[in-house]
Amino acid sequence: MTDLITMPVRASKAGAARLKQRHAAERRFRFYGLFAICFGLSCIGILFFTIISGGYSTFSQTVVTIDINLERDLIDAKNISDGDFRKIVQNSLYGLFPEVTGRRDKRKLANLVSPAAEYQARDYAVANPHHIGKTISIQVPTSDDMDQFSKGVIRADLPESERRVSDLEIVWFNGLKEQGRIETIFNRTFFKSGDSRDPELAGILGAALGSFYTLLVTFLLSFPIGVASAIYLEEFAPKNRLTQLIEININNLAAVPSIVFGLLGLAVFLNFFGLPRSAPLVGGMVLALMTLPTIIIAGRAALKSVPPSIRQAAIGLGASPMQTLTHHTLPLAMPGMMTGTILGMAQALGETAPLLMIGMVAFIVDIPAGITDPATVMPVQIYLWSDSPERAFIERTSGAIMVLLAFLITMNALAVNLRKKFEQKW
Amino acid sequence: MFRSTIALGAAAVLTATFAAATTAQARDQIRIVGSSTVYPFATVVAEKFGKSSKFRTPVVESTGSGGGLKLFCAGIGDGYPDITNASRAIKKSEIERCAKNGIKNITEVKIGYDGIVLANSKKADVVSLSKKQIFLALAKDIPDGKGGFKANNHSNWNEIDRGLPNRKIEVMGPPPTSGTRDAFVELAMEGGCKAFKEITVLKNSDVNKYKAICHSVREDGAFIEAGENDVLIVRKLEANPNAYGIFGFSFLDQNADRVQGSLIDGKSPTFENIASGDYGISRPLFFYVKNDHVPMVPGIREYLAAFTNDNAWGEDGYLTDKGLIPMPSAERKKYLSDAKNLTTNLTM
Repeated sequence: MTDLITMPVRASKAGAARLKQRHAAERRFRFYGLFAICFGLSCIGILFFTIISGGYSTFSQTVVTIDINLERDLIDAKNISDGDFRKIVQNSLYGLFPEVTGRRDKRKLANLVSPAAEYQARDYAVANPHHIGKTISIQVPTSDDMDQFSKGVIRADLPESERRVSDLEIVWFNGLKEQGRIETIFNRTFFKSGDSRDPELAGILGAALGSFYTLLVTFLLSFPIGVASAIYLEEFAPKNRLTQLIEININNLAAVPSIVFGLLGLAVFLNFFGLPRSAPLVGGMVLALMTLPTIIIAGRAALKSVPPSIRQAAIGLGASPMQTLTHHTLPLAMPGMMTGTILGMAQALGETAPLLMIGMVAFIVDIPAGITDPATVMPVQIYLWSDSPERAFIERTSGAIMVLLAFLITMNALAVNLRKKFEQKW
Repeated sequence: MFRSTIALGAAAVLTATFAAATTAQARDQIRIVGSSTVYPFATVVAEKFGKSSKFRTPVVESTGSGGGLKLFCAGIGDGYPDITNASRAIKKSEIERCAKNGIKNITEVKIGYDGIVLANSKKADVVSLSKKQIFLALAKDIPDGKGGFKANNHSNWNEIDRGLPNRKIEVMGPPPTSGTRDAFVELAMEGGCKAFKEITVLKNSDVNKYKAICHSVREDGAFIEAGENDVLIVRKLEANPNAYGIFGFSFLDQNADRVQGSLIDGKSPTFENIASGDYGISRPLFFYVKNDHVPMVPGIREYLAAFTNDNAWGEDGYLTDKGLIPMPSAERKKYLSDAKNLTTNLTM
């Protein structure tokens, strides 16, 4: 015995070599893990860098201050909103550069500012009818091309034929800049308006509200149904062939491609029930179908993790099965269920494919006011902008992705926090 | 916590009933579906219309020409679109489908033209191609010179013609569901295939074979289906100066600093050349109006008036800024009056 104890394992040479090998293998194994994490992090880093470096300029907008003469001849005092404000804005621009004469050049000059200018002038005149006939000074966005030029996306050092902004326009722009009329301000329009074909007027609010209404419907439908199914299957259902079959099918449904749910929505909700196209109501119903399996599976796992001793104790003290569930099991399982639900919602927030089928991939300017108004959602808005020919939409696309990522990160952080806060250790 | 769940469940039931109640109301917003090529133009008109009139902004969906006509012809009523955009004329089978579902009064409005370009990166040289060369580069089967056909074996451009660059044939284009692809195949490929005597003979003897030869695009990797996203094609061209891409003129117009259009039969794809018809690959764009919906949905007449206004589709209209090639004024006049009077101008 003593021999065995005193004989050190390291004594043998072969043994020492093996130990060294094992240590090396251990280090390699750790290194693989570290490498995997570093690789993942650098991918995320690159993703964030490209999106943020391409999209941060969305949040600023080049504006120009112009003096607009609300000419009496062009506005009917009785019907102000029908006045020819396009002409009014054009005339004020021509006034700034009286040397411009040719038809083509004049048209270019008129396109220096965004079409928003005429609506801004109209709204001003409607709000201040006593100013008609006077000259007012308002700040309007420049056109998308001038904005991109000002931000350096369109470069002046390229030959004139190769850029969207002509030499003449650059001269005008610099002229306005020297007069102190050009400014760069925070792009509020991006956060308070709906879609537009003019990049400088396009905003994310319509899509964000569409996402909100859609997710609201999804949550209101999938959470109660999902939790109820999870409870029944886990706590009450007899364990037999039928429940096994149901369980397998729920697991299968979780893996069905989302476009299939869209087709189902088209066939059932739109064609059979006649619900409106493009409505968050239908979008929410389709996404609820999609998230249900996730919630049921997460809910069952949460219920399973509640120790049986708690149920037994409650029953032993005379609680009915329902009381056991509502007073003990469910509150303890709720954090897990909520985490599953929030992750399901985050998944639904990023979904576009099923919405294509039910008409939510559409150009919608008006901001939705309810669940039956036509609306689109944020990922769809990103897709639509990425497919638009105007150059300024490239940065708008990245900007919208940043907003969507912010939402996703918030939701996931919420899920992690909920879990941390209510987590019960057994 | 469980109480709140019950409350949420009740709320869900309430929302569902509320929804069922509101769907019974009539629609007060125009619904437009159809071609992704017309989409950029229709959306601009819709937005201006919404901002300058008392009507709500129409909802425009991009479903493709075929998908749009399918939805359009499905029936009359609130659930069906009022207008469909198309980058090709309606087919006979589609008119019949419409008629079968009770849609007999349709007004066709041509809005202008669109050119299809074969473009490459600015880093490479501009090439001049004939339609025949395009056919020889992209067709699946080509004449073998002995009266028969063989699989296309051209791998480099200079194998077709010594004057062309010694570079691999790599062309990115839209998938077969796209109207742009249809038009490219019909105008460029079929145009080039007509240059061969043995194929024109086929047209009279065996139309199916003629179509198979002229319309089949090669599948050995020289033609790459790049999806419907034209912005993506432009970016890929920038990264690969050897490749060519097929897309609409409006994308070339907006990205003139990155890509350049190849000359087709000696004509470059400029606004003027497409408008005058000198440039060989251009096609008309349309929209179709369901006249029976005009009394049901407010604003259709006004929308038509906004679209057919010279401020929009005329030579100096705002749609030309977006890349639409306007029609000659006589043609504009005809479609203007058709749109105004809602003339049923489709012939069966």
